Amino acid sequence: MTNNSNNAQVTGKTSIKTYRDAINDAIREEMRRDPTVIVLGEEVSGGAGCDGEDDAYGGVFGVTKGLMPEFGRERVIDTPISEAAIIGAAAGAANNGLRPIAELMFFDFIGVSFDQIFNQAAKFRYMFGGKSKTPMVIRGTVGGGWRAGAQHSSMLHSIVTHIAGLKVVMPSNAYDAKGLMVQAIRDDDPVIFLEHKVMYDNECEVPDEQYAIPFGEAAFPRQGKDVTIVAISNMVTHAIAAADLLAQEGISCDVIDPRTVSPMDDEAILESVEVTGRLVVVDEGNPRCGLASDIAGIVAEKGFHSLRAPIRTVTAPHTPVPFAPELEDAYLPNVDKVLAAVREVLGA
Amino acid sequence: MPYQEEFLLRAYRSMRTIREFEERCIAEFMGGNVPGFVHASNGQEAIAVAACIDLSDSDIIGSTHRGHGHCIAKGCDIGGMMKEIMGRSTGLCKGKGGSMHIADIDKGMLGANAIVGGGPPLVNGAALASKTLGTKNVAISFNGDGSANQGTAMEAMNMAVVLQLPHVFIYENNGYAEGTAANYGLGCDSLTDRNAGFGMPAECVDGNDFFATYEAIKVATQRARDGGGPTSIEAKCVRFDGHFIGDPQLYRGKDEVKNARKNQDCLKIFRDRVIKEGWLKAAAMNAIDKEIKAEIEQAVADGLAAPHPDPATDLMSDVYCSY
Ligand SMILES: Cc1ncc(C[n+]2csc(CCOP(=O)(O)OP(=O)(O)O)c2C)c(N)n1
Ligand SMILES: [Mg+2]
Repeated sequence: MTNNSNNAQVTGKTSIKTYRDAINDAIREEMRRDPTVIVLGEEVSGGAGCDGEDDAYGGVFGVTKGLMPEFGRERVIDTPISEAAIIGAAAGAANNGLRPIAELMFFDFIGVSFDQIFNQAAKFRYMFGGKSKTPMVIRGTVGGGWRAGAQHSSMLHSIVTHIAGLKVVMPSNAYDAKGLMVQAIRDDDPVIFLEHKVMYDNECEVPDEQYAIPFGEAAFPRQGKDVTIVAISNMVTHAIAAADLLAQEGISCDVIDPRTVSPMDDEAILESVEVTGRLVVVDEGNPRCGLASDIAGIVAEKGFHSLRAPIRTVTAPHTPVPFAPELEDAYLPNVDKVLAAVREVLGA
Repeated sequence: MPYQEEFLLRAYRSMRTIREFEERCIAEFMGGNVPGFVHASNGQEAIAVAACIDLSDSDIIGSTHRGHGHCIAKGCDIGGMMKEIMGRSTGLCKGKGGSMHIADIDKGMLGANAIVGGGPPLVNGAALASKTLGTKNVAISFNGDGSANQGTAMEAMNMAVVLQLPHVFIYENNGYAEGTAANYGLGCDSLTDRNAGFGMPAECVDGNDFFATYEAIKVATQRARDGGGPTSIEAKCVRFDGHFIGDPQLYRGKDEVKNARKNQDCLKIFRDRVIKEGWLKAAAMNAIDKEIKAEIEQAVADGLAAPHPDPATDLMSDVYCSY
């Protein structure tokens, strides 16, 4: 697989890495570099207090595997099932000299911890007149495709993007995942780091050395002049596939992956639409008050005169995520839906 | 004989149905006929049956991610359950919920729950409705040892005490929360002592012993119906399989499961006891085993033959909007 992130200035030695391992690399190297970085959450190591093997899970998706054997249980902390206390501890520790990476496992579990995120961690810096910093990362897996049902498949990125004080990161490939995780750990604000569960095994070329990707800088996995397609997280996969199919018909798509949705690279999107005059936004979230409608709103407000056709959004419908495979497949955006939207804005 | 023969046969049938259902779910999952995540409750059957055997449809239970046994014990149709777990449109929730979200409101089964600690506040609500309307119904929440550490569970226990709600909190302590030891998460050796601190009667029983569990829960439900408020019952038990089906269980000790299956099997313990006491004949239970095998076989066949949901009509039904 090739690197989807064309901003990649890959120098030095690289390896083919999965999305999972790229995140693991980023965390491991930062923990080696900075003793204040800690990891906490349920099963981040696994096997606590048990008779069998230590590090039995390394996170239920294996993302933090191997960290506990290297850094010990003092820095890789298995917690009780107490999300409010996990997030609160991370925020409080961040105010007091640590750089915690708190794992929510499935991001759906934000529900039980939400006050500690949006009323507490998110507000400290501004509310305390800039005197407090909260350098923490909250990791969670998002999205459908695993037949995991309504309470383990949500996106919820729009909810955290709505909250002032939080940074929201949604990598679409292993290269970005590593660089964005490094930035997230080094950042002095609370960062929500959302990993799409169907992407953990996706591979691309990743530098061995540590590098940080700045927040608010989009990537341009495909360049074109006919239609702008903005997509985020796993939707970038569909956008690229659609762009490659359309290229065979002579339609060139400008695919933009904002990578971070808070802050977001509005400029990149507006500049692209200035050229193409046509915009499709692909987002796995619900349609109302969501990222797709937000991006459409930004372009309608600031790029209206560039537009040569109405904006089209491709999103999930306004329902919880259904369990049955046929329903979940119909629920999720896919290549065909992106193709149809592009043809529509082209009037084809 | 302290128990009616009919009661004992009913208890055995229910426990055996759960065992057979779960073992078959595991096989069907491995065979690719069950999508998603499934948490099996084999090994823990005695608790579900002891709690539900005397309940009526208007008594309420709230369950967990490990909820198949609670459903069966509460009288949910196993055909409808199997179809739901397979994601078919004739399943109990039309295939929209799946294993972690089976509910059957008509049977007083408020739902499995994929959010740890999601259930007990809701069950408080059912108990509050019973108290307010004076129905004398009892509400039972099933909880895992790990879920006891969730704020929602602690808030619900406190509120149940404050409002003296007819809520029996049953904690199935199977020793693990995923791959974390129960006592590690609890930070102590006795969940029962901790729950007693909320100001309600709290008892710890051997959950592998149907009779001990039944007797303790019976006292608790009667107290609840009589206006005596909530009770905590911790039932120690064994999870025979992984946290989820397919879990490699690296965190468990060597031979732990093998030994538990041999020495702590609630079904074997039940059989041995009723035979030793002369309460039931082995032949009667063997006949039940045979019947249940056939029933589950039928449920699986019906499940596999059941229609899949149709996205054109089913995706946007049961929702108030069309976008
Ligand atoms: C709020 C929330 N946090 C975490 C999880 C992930 N999770 C599912 S089951 C489980 C362990 C539950 O342990 P316990 O309560 O002992 O129940 P058991 O699985 O042993 O039946 C965890 C951590 C979840 N589903 N919901
Ligand atoms: Mg448990």
